[in-house]
Amino acid sequence: MALEVKDIIKPENLVYAKTKLLTERMMHYCPGCTHGVVNKLIAEVIDELNIQEDTIGVTPVGCSVLLYNYIEIDWHEAAHGRAPAVGTGIKRLRPDKYVFTYQGDGDLAAIGTAETIHACNRGENILMVFINNGIYGMTGGQMAPTTLEGMKASTCPFGRDVEHDGRPLNMTSIVATLPGTCYVTRQAAHTAPAVRKLKKSLRKAFENQKNKKGTSFIEVVGTCSSGWKMNPVQSNKWMEANMFPIYPLGDIKDV
Amino acid sequence: MSELRLMKGNEAIAEAAIRYGVDGYFGYPITPQSEVMETLMELRPWETTGMVVLQAESEIASINMMYGGAGCGKKVMTSSSSPGISLMQEGLSYLAGAELPCVVVNVVRGGPGLGTIQPAQSDYSQAVNGGGHGDYNLIVLAPSSVQEMADFVELAFELAFKYRNPALILSDGMIGQMMEKVELKAQKDRMSDQELAEKYPWATTGKPSSRERNIITSVELDPYAFERFNHKVQAKYKQMHKEDVRFEQFQCEDAEYLLVAYGSSARICQKSVQLLREKGIKAGLLRPITLFPFPGVELDKLAGQVKGMLAVELSAGQLVRDVRLAVNGKVPVEHFGRMGGVIHSPEEVVEALEKNFLKG
Repeated sequence: MALEVKDIIKPENLVYAKTKLLTERMMHYCPGCTHGVVNKLIAEVIDELNIQEDTIGVTPVGCSVLLYNYIEIDWHEAAHGRAPAVGTGIKRLRPDKYVFTYQGDGDLAAIGTAETIHACNRGENILMVFINNGIYGMTGGQMAPTTLEGMKASTCPFGRDVEHDGRPLNMTSIVATLPGTCYVTRQAAHTAPAVRKLKKSLRKAFENQKNKKGTSFIEVVGTCSSGWKMNPVQSNKWMEANMFPIYPLGDIKDV
Repeated sequence: MSELRLMKGNEAIAEAAIRYGVDGYFGYPITPQSEVMETLMELRPWETTGMVVLQAESEIASINMMYGGAGCGKKVMTSSSSPGISLMQEGLSYLAGAELPCVVVNVVRGGPGLGTIQPAQSDYSQAVNGGGHGDYNLIVLAPSSVQEMADFVELAFELAFKYRNPALILSDGMIGQMMEKVELKAQKDRMSDQELAEKYPWATTGKPSSRERNIITSVELDPYAFERFNHKVQAKYKQMHKEDVRFEQFQCEDAEYLLVAYGSSARICQKSVQLLREKGIKAGLLRPITLFPFPGVELDKLAGQVKGMLAVELSAGQLVRDVRLAVNGKVPVEHFGRMGGVIHSPEEVVEALEKNFLKG
């Protein structure tokens, strides 16, 4: 007798489920986008550490502006680039809470440069998650501070010309030099091993906060299929070949 | 216990903040208001009341730290002066859009640009018209003494929490820097986190299973929903005009000419009223205490009584527009004011009134 679907979908056969901290709302991200995976991992880590009632998140302006729709915690939606200042205000007044910001490259490394550097330098006891896909996704694919040399974007349609547009900014290396940061790492989320490593980093960062160690900073090198004008598989290959040499994965600082 | 002290307006703000039980202050140095943060750092309230005081990297950062703290339901404040307040406008728009209460003090200096560190009232229009992008207003209080600098901290927080809207104390370099006798109120307790969670159910306190998650945000992509939100905000401003207009009248009962002035200019104008009356000219003074909501109804009433109104302000003529709107052509409304950090004398105001209404 052949097995039917109803014979397989049974509680005792369950090997993996969506964490209860993720809402039922369908995510708005494009197919292949890195955000969805990272959003899910954050929800899983908060759930596994059982800190839902003690966590306040700060969302940026960019593709992940609506992240607050997806995870069942309290949220602040910050102005463009200001999430580290907003996170500082929350953490200083509620030092008993876990606070994290979630920001893209334009938000964290261009308009929010001052807030990023000073929050890290003060050693605010928060986690900053930095999604770097080298492009402004939400506004339609403009050049980001992290856009690679020669990489095309709508405001550098012939490729980033470093003589004209400047060079890509490596914010993660900069914040690693600051005394306030305790844990600075660069991860990815495009393969199963990468996802496992990233999840470990996120867990470590929340634990650092519990131990009041200072600022944890996790860069996730990601893709933007829509902005890069590639399909998700091509995007991952392109990221490995072009982004990883400039933004190499691994821990930069772990105090 | 309350206490009598001689102190600067800026110092009074800091003392009053601690005594009222403010939870957090975030600031950035700028003349002529730096004494606010200096006083707080000297008094170290984090060791007594638990109040947080932090020097931010910019006014942009300090207003956004306020957005974080205010969203948690905490009583947060900042102070700055004109150029710094300009930098805060983005944040103020977000605070108003997210319906967050907070208190901002502007110890105004002359502009435009870097301008001068001397007193001015040239930020009136920015203050009463919201100041940043979008349809919103701040609650604006105008102190005219060091005592009011202290008292308006509490009043500003009460109004800010009543309406869930940022409140601005619009002072100037004269009130901020001058020393006067001030009665400081007794120390109040800060609100506990538990009480806060019960009193402000909208605050981000960490999501318990008993409620939906709280989201502090000003974004709404559905135009119809966002129009409804805008109507709701406008209804708050209407309510403010009904319930919370504050002003002071000085010798208005039989006045034939009315001076309209706020803050430091109103103090000068009190003397001008006296000088005018000594000359046999029946003058009075209306001093708006809330610049938003503006006491337009009261001015309209007085328009039926007086022959002319003179708006006196340390600017090129900003308050005068609101006075004209209020009386809607019923009486002539003229303007007098010095600019750039120059302060008018009581005699200059007398001359201006005579020139505009009594000569030729």
